[in-house]
Formats: sequence, structure tokens, C-alpha cells
Amino acid sequence: MDGVPTPLRCFNECHSAAMFVDDGVETVTSREQKKVERSIEEVFSVYKQIHSLPQPTLLREQHYQYLKKGLRHLSDAYECLDASRPWLCFWILHSLELLEEPIPAAVASDVCHFLARCQSPAGGFAGGPGQHAHLAPTYAAVNALCIIGTEQAYNIIDREKLLDFLMSVKQPDGSFVMHVGGEVDVRSAYCAASVASLTNILTPKLFEDTTNWILSCQNWEGGLSGVPGLEAHGGYTFCGTAALVILGKEHMLDLKALLRWVVSRQMRFEGGFQGRCNKLVDGCYSFWQAGLLPLLHRALFKQGESELSRQRWMFEQQALQEYILLCCQNPTGGLVDKPGKSRDFYHTCYCLSGLSIAQHFGNMDLHHEMILGKEDNRLAPTHPVYNICPEKVAQALQHFHRLPVPDGNRQPGASADASVSDPTANSGLGDHQS
Amino acid sequence: NKYNTRFISTDKIPPVFLCFRDRKEWADLEPVPQDDGPNPVVKIAYSEKFSDVYDYFRALLKNDERSERAFALTSEAIELNAANYTVWHYRRVLLQALSKDLREEMRYITAIIEEQPKNYQVWHHRRMVVEWLNDPSEELEFIADILSQDAKNYHAWQHRQWVIQEYKLWDDELDFVENLLEEDVRNNSAWNQRHFVISHTSGFSDAMEREIQYCLYQIKKAPNNESAWNYLKGILQPLGLSAQPGLLERVLELKQTHCSPYLLAFLFDCYEDALENSKENVAEEEQQKTLKKALEICQLLAQEDTIRKEYWLFLGRSLKNKHGSSDPSDEPLADDPEPSVPVSEQQEMS
Repeated sequence: MDGVPTPLRCFNECHSAAMFVDDGVETVTSREQKKVERSIEEVFSVYKQIHSLPQPTLLREQHYQYLKKGLRHLSDAYECLDASRPWLCFWILHSLELLEEPIPAAVASDVCHFLARCQSPAGGFAGGPGQHAHLAPTYAAVNALCIIGTEQAYNIIDREKLLDFLMSVKQPDGSFVMHVGGEVDVRSAYCAASVASLTNILTPKLFEDTTNWILSCQNWEGGLSGVPGLEAHGGYTFCGTAALVILGKEHMLDLKALLRWVVSRQMRFEGGFQGRCNKLVDGCYSFWQAGLLPLLHRALFKQGESELSRQRWMFEQQALQEYILLCCQNPTGGLVDKPGKSRDFYHTCYCLSGLSIAQHFGNMDLHHEMILGKEDNRLAPTHPVYNICPEKVAQALQHFHRLPVPDGNRQPGASADASVSDPTANSGLGDHQS
Repeated sequence: NKYNTRFISTDKIPPVFLCFRDRKEWADLEPVPQDDGPNPVVKIAYSEKFSDVYDYFRALLKNDERSERAFALTSEAIELNAANYTVWHYRRVLLQALSKDLREEMRYITAIIEEQPKNYQVWHHRRMVVEWLNDPSEELEFIADILSQDAKNYHAWQHRQWVIQEYKLWDDELDFVENLLEEDVRNNSAWNQRHFVISHTSGFSDAMEREIQYCLYQIKKAPNNESAWNYLKGILQPLGLSAQPGLLERVLELKQTHCSPYLLAFLFDCYEDALENSKENVAEEEQQKTLKKALEICQLLAQEDTIRKEYWLFLGRSLKNKHGSSDPSDEPLADDPEPSVPVSEQQEMS
């Protein structure tokens, strides 16, 4: 309700008690953490002084202008992302769809043409025209095309070649390299699972042994690492978990341990999430970490857990919204890692995605909103597996599931009008796995 | 090497970068401009230098030219965008096709990583060169140097684990980890490395008592260090927290003087484990006592660790649902807005 502002958690008298306790043992970690907390405290304090009635406001117009411009032109500061241009398309288009800003048909068409030029003749999408295919820009390109959601967009994807590309990066141990001659880590499994499921090119062979490889990334901390043996990390944990959800195998994780790990990543004072234990808050983890809670909620429900909330995710939704709205917005548009950092489209995308997760509980049937500040702060809901809007997921699945799986390997029992499965619906695609 | 002279200089004018399009040794090659199409999107305003270098890179790629000048150009392209994996791939093709000196390449990649330690491609490239040379002898020292600048660099740790595992260089790693923990006991990457080394060497069965000692020692020094508590739980969990004799008592003692939300959570985990894995001879009454203690901790944590209130309340409800007796006098947890509902009334999350 616009009329009655919710008291902000960060203005609570006791809030400073949530600051880091260093036990008199100063280390690099505690110094850095305390420095960030002081800067956040400053932001909260300034906000309190300026605003008698705290009503955090999403700077829609500023973000819209920043995104609108970026979709066409980027300064030379973006040379470092010259091998990630489909990512730029995705980050910007997804941000616009969260803001419920329409994409003009001409722009959508131009994006389609550009992504077509990023598609490799050997299949998959590259970071730019003429570059080699890579799973990350492939993920981004497919998502961007699904956001556009027109026949033109869907038709850009060469599904047969895409399957060839995925097979070409598949490793005997179940993992995937990010590109031919490239490195392995759990992101690749997510990118592959995401595009394969959306475009209906999933074959049993494609993800053989992938489940076990991803499971071997869950470590002693309860989260997942990039490759087996490393530290648990938010980005990799999201990728591994979401990939398993797509494959219908998320129940094979130690869900309780994972849940404990991820809820422990929310920072008491800042309200946002850190990527790893004893590291600093960062706005992008608003999605990578908080986005795990909808996935876990569903996974636990499927396992028969009866005590799940029917109104809230198991993280502090208000605190996250406060962190994003008060600390992560650049007044001239765009969002950031933390105060003092520069804006960029990656952080804009993931801060907004996290804000959406924090605002919306449930799904189509059971939906409970918790909008901090003005009603106008409301973003569109996002799908916690693919991170594009749920309608776009459904539409893409519907389109591609009318088409046959390439290579003549049709799924057992499948027919041309087989019902489409959203991995977060009751039937997991993994049911078809050998 | 004549292809490495990028600067022309005279006495009076400072050196400037000479475009490839102005270099006579490149005159035979037609640069290939980027084809973004008629109405580009996410169009980057490349500097003149960037466009020049990449126009020539595209030309080389198109012809699959395998020459010294191509190799030199990849260095330029990498300097402009070290994340361009297509350029790195091409450089590796050239390294092999031209039988380049891999020791020199090691020096090159060492310098690049020092400048850009958070880039995926540079570390992958180094791994390839080390593999080709089959020589890991510089690695541990190099990675230690990178870690001295950023003790948590994920790529550095990944490379380190790969080198150690591939070349069986386990011997000094536990010492290395202990030194890092001396410097910063909150370095979670170092705690992870500790787990890595022990799991792959002695294993945790013999080492368990020593590791528990080590954790408790670190916890006493810095009770609010989450990493130490997570490690303690992480090593005990496979056997079950309640399987370790005397541990619960030691932690209860610590509660008096070194309490923290992590200690309380650990206690909860001990009680939960006792409930889950109780032996046949544990009386129902005993179980209910343990349950009560566990639920009290949940309540306490819901009040103290408020950022995780939803979670602690869920854990309490879940534990009670699983292990609670059917005592009608049982009340829902205070402050919990969501009492248990019979399964049949649950909403479907389709």
C-alpha cells in the first residue's frame, strides 16, 4: 500500500548490533568487512536524514534511459566485454522486461539479426560476430531470443547445430567445457541444460553422467563449487542447482545442507548477500544466492516437506530489497555491486532480478507479493531457473516442444503435441533420462 | 623480433602506436572490419587502436595464417581484451604450429596474470602451457605470489588444486594452509584448502581429533569466525555430530564464554543429529528432551539472528513435525505466523 510506509529494518535502533564482531582479532577479512559496513551505515544514515518518511524508490526512469541507450551504444569502456556481447543483450533485455518496459519491434528485430551474426556455423553462439562458439554467450543469446519471443527470434536458433555444439563440448566425465579447447566448470552444465531444455534438444546422451559430476561439486560447506574440491560459491551454486532442477535431479543434493549454506550468506547488517563465507556483500548475489531459495522451496516441497511457509521465501526479503534500493542504485541510472562501485549492465540485471525474487513469492497459482516502498517499485516476476519472465519460458517451451528433437532421438513416448514441461512443474524432464 | 617493434620514435616526438594498417610488413593483408550488420545493437565505440588490431586479427583468422606476425598480433589483441577466448585459442594453435619457446610463453603468461588475475582465459592458458611442458615446478610459488595479493582469488585456488592433484605435490600444502590461516583465520578459501588436502592425503579418520582441536583452538581465539564453525561441522557431519564423544559438552562449555549465533546453530545441529540418528535404546522421554532443547535454540536464533528468522522458524516447525510427540498441549513456536497445516490442505505449487 502506498499510504503506510513499512518501517525499514535498517532504521531499527538495534540494527547496529548486527555489525561484524571481530573479537579483537583483526585480519584482512574483518578490516574489509568493517569498511563496507561503515559505508553502508553512511548510506542508511544519509537516507534517514533526507527522508522523514522512508519510502525507498526504484529509479525506473533513470534505469530505463541507461538501458535504452546501452542496448544501442556502449562506450569504449566496454571493450573488455567485446567477447560477451550476447550477454549485454541479455542483461539489458532482461532488465527492461523486469521493468515492464516494452521492446520496440524494430529493436527486437535488430537484436535478432545481431544474435544471428553471433551464431557460429558450427552451432552455438559466440561472444561476437566471427568469434568461436562458447556456452556462456550461447546461454545469453537463447535467453535474449526467448525474451523477445517472436517467431523471428525463435527461428534464429539452429537447433540441430546447437545440439552438435553441445555434444562437441561434452566431456566423458559428464562435465562440459565452456568452449572447444576451453575450461570446465559447473556454469557450463547450467548453460547447456538451460538452452537444451528451452529449445527442446535434450537427449539422454547429452546429460549422461552430468548429474553425478554436478553432485560432486557440493562440498563440506553445503554449497557448490565451480569444480570439485573448491570453495562453495554463490554463482556456481546457482548454476549447479538450477541445472539439476532442469534435469529433475535436485533431490539428489543434500538440500538441508545447501539450504543452511545459502541462508547463511545473507549479511546481517547490509541485508544483501555475499558470494562466499567471510567475503563481502555484492548486489549481483541478490540473484545468484537469493534465487536459490525459490528452487529449494520447490525441491523440499516435492520431497514432502509440510512445514514450508506459504507466504515467504526462507530469506529476509525486506532486508534484501532495502539493500538493493538504498545501496545499489546509481542516481543516474543502473545498479551496482555496493556503494562506491561503478554501474554496469551485469549488476543492473542481477540486482533487478534479485529485487524481483524478493518481491514475489510463489508462482501462478499461489502468489504473495511483498513490495518495499511504493507500489511502483514492483518488478515483473522472474523464473528462478532461467531468469527470464515465466511467461516467456512457457511460450518458448510451447514453441520448441512442437518441434522434433534433432538427431532423430525422440524422447520415449513423446509425440508432436506432447505436453510441454516447465522444469518447475510437477514432471521433471529428468524423468526421461536413462 | 621485428614484429615486436610497435613504437616509432624520434628524439623529439614521444613514441606512438603505429597502426597495423600503416605497417609495411602487413601491407599484403586486407583488414576485415567487424560485421555487426546494418542496425547494430550493443555497439561498442572501439578506440582506433582496438579496431585496427582486431580488423587484422579477423583477417588472420579468416586465412588461418600461422606466422610469427600472427603470433605477435595475438599479444596486442590480448592486451586490448584478455577475455577474448577466440584470440587465446588461436594463440595456442600458433604456439604449436610455430614450435614457440614455451618457457618464454610461461614468462609471458606470468606477467599477464599478475596484471589481470581475475580473468578465466589467462589461467586456462597457463594450465595448457604447464601441461605441454609437463613442468609444474614454478606453479606453487607463482600461485602463492598471486594469493599474497588476494588470498581468496578463486582462479588461483582452482589452478593450485589442479597442479597439486595432477602432479601430486601434496607434501607442503598443509603447512602452506596453516600459514595462510595464521595471517587471516577468516580466510574461507584456506579452510577449504585444508579440507582438500586432508581429504586427499591422510583422510579424516586419523586426523579427526587433531582437526577438532585445531577448530576449537581457533574458535576460542575468534568465536565469531563463521569459517571455523563451518569447518568443524563439515568434518563431523559425515559421521554424525552426535557420534563424537564429549563434543556436545565441550561446546556447551564454550557457550558460557564464547557464545555466538554459530555456536548456537552448532548446538542445534548436534541435537538434531541426536534425534535423527538415535539408537534403539534411547527412550522417548530422552528424545523429547532433546527436541525441546533443539526447539529452544531455534527460538533463540529466530530472535538473535533475525536475518534468518524465517529459516530458523521453518527448521523448528520441521523438526517438531518430524520428531514431536502427538501431545495436544504442544504449542506452536512463539512468534511463528505459520502453524503446521495438515498435508491435505497444502496448496499445490504446480
